[in-house]
Amino acid sequence: MKNNKIYLDYAATTPVDAEVLKTMLPYFSEEFGNASSLHSFGRNSADAVFNARLNLAHFFKCTGEEIVFTSGATESNNLAIKGVLRAYNKNNKKLPADERKKPHIITTVFEHSCVLKTCQKLEKEKKIDLTYLPVYSDGVIKIADLEKAIRENTLLISIMYVNNEIGTVQPISQIGKLLAHINEQREEKIIFHTDATQAVAYFDTNVKRLGVDLLSMSAHKIYGPKGVGMLYVKKGTKITQIQDGGAQEFALRAGTLNSAGIVGLGKAIEVLEKNKKKETKKIKELRDYLINKILKEVSNVRLNGSRSKRSPNNINLSFSDVEGESLLLYLDAGNIAASTGSACSSGSLNPSHVLLALGLKPEQAHGSLRISLGKYTTKKELIIFIAKLKKVLEKLRKVSGEILKEYYSKKK
Amino acid sequence: MQYSKEVINHFTAPHNQGVISNPDGVGMVGNPTCGDLMKIYIKVKKDAKRGEVISAIKFETLGCASAIATSSMITDLAKNKTIQEATKITRDDVAEALNGLPPIKIHCSNLASEALVAAIEDYKKKK
Repeated sequence: MKNNKIYLDYAATTPVDAEVLKTMLPYFSEEFGNASSLHSFGRNSADAVFNARLNLAHFFKCTGEEIVFTSGATESNNLAIKGVLRAYNKNNKKLPADERKKPHIITTVFEHSCVLKTCQKLEKEKKIDLTYLPVYSDGVIKIADLEKAIRENTLLISIMYVNNEIGTVQPISQIGKLLAHINEQREEKIIFHTDATQAVAYFDTNVKRLGVDLLSMSAHKIYGPKGVGMLYVKKGTKITQIQDGGAQEFALRAGTLNSAGIVGLGKAIEVLEKNKKKETKKIKELRDYLINKILKEVSNVRLNGSRSKRSPNNINLSFSDVEGESLLLYLDAGNIAASTGSACSSGSLNPSHVLLALGLKPEQAHGSLRISLGKYTTKKELIIFIAKLKKVLEKLRKVSGEILKEYYSKKK
Repeated sequence: MQYSKEVINHFTAPHNQGVISNPDGVGMVGNPTCGDLMKIYIKVKKDAKRGEVISAIKFETLGCASAIATSSMITDLAKNKTIQEATKITRDDVAEALNGLPPIKIHCSNLASEALVAAIEDYKKKK
């Protein structure tokens, strides 16, 4: 990377791949037409969007009509949850009052905030009943918990594929199989949504094998541009648009298509598909090298979340006697970019809800560091990072001394 | 959220960081839930003219950049002050001396003046 900077925050965002950028560029000023226009300008944009759609359909093993372009995963997740609820309510209104049921949604305690807050708000507005599945110390949910949580009025299950902070993988295809079985016996089928934003680059995304009805993703996590994403909507899924306006995207997402962005997403998917296997293997090796080295050579550190059921690019650690924001800023001063679950970095007062859900103590959550690798990460960068990390830890641990130990001994 | 240059200076190269082995007063504030713990050590000397003067001061802090920077700053502000003068240093004085803190940090990580007061109280108790 430029200026000898080392970027280890690929789970936050990725740089746009050079090939992707090149493919996008004509769609800003030359082929700028509105994809909904009937003239040649519009047709050229529409063709480009069509090709991108085909790339995505090929990648997710679905049809082009099942791909809905959005502004990113946050919008996709909002559309999935609110759109399903809106369609349900529309139908519910037609029923006699005594047959109307308040719908039930199941999600997990450690979803991304765009899913969590959407669900929390709907619950607060008394529009849904909500169940949060717990997550265990390995950062994975239990299918038995899900089975127990399902009710007669369960409308939607929304479970993330890979957690954005700790990188743990949820058993999506197993849930898909379970639901297929359960839905056979039900008249009102449960709809299954997964936020696959962090999974697309490394895990199986065949929507048929996964058994999902809805799947969200974002381009900027896979070397595509920011501001564009997708919601896969299985044919026949009862969902309506939540943003009123035009009939774009099969009347599910109003608004002029972001043709340059969509072209970028289409290319990013194509490039990803070509190299996915090779890159996954390479990045996984780098991850294992880093985890082994740190656990061996750094004192008082823990790996958060399962080691095996984990994304190839994610390493989430808690260091005792240091606070994450300090750690992050000291690393940043040394030209290394990473992320933390500490409250201070997020602009809120509470540490990461994900880490607390795993059962970590607040100080362990405050002392967390997320390192996420990408296709441009090299072993050399990791060697430099480890050396810098050791120095920074030594310095910060000197500043904190034995203060935490003393705090607890006095409390006793 | 952006830190001032002064905060970054104190954070990356804190002043008076460490331990005083035979302190006259020690104060510890904060808790691990919020993420910040601070400890201030002071040495007090009697000055014929000025009375009780903080002759040495050091700190240890577990916390974010602003927690470390405010700890460092308060040691600068309190050094060679009488204990009456030092007791009057407020959170706002510390924030101001650092050319401001991000709004969210004003409350959560600006405990240094309280740690100093706790150290002075401890000194008075031991006297």
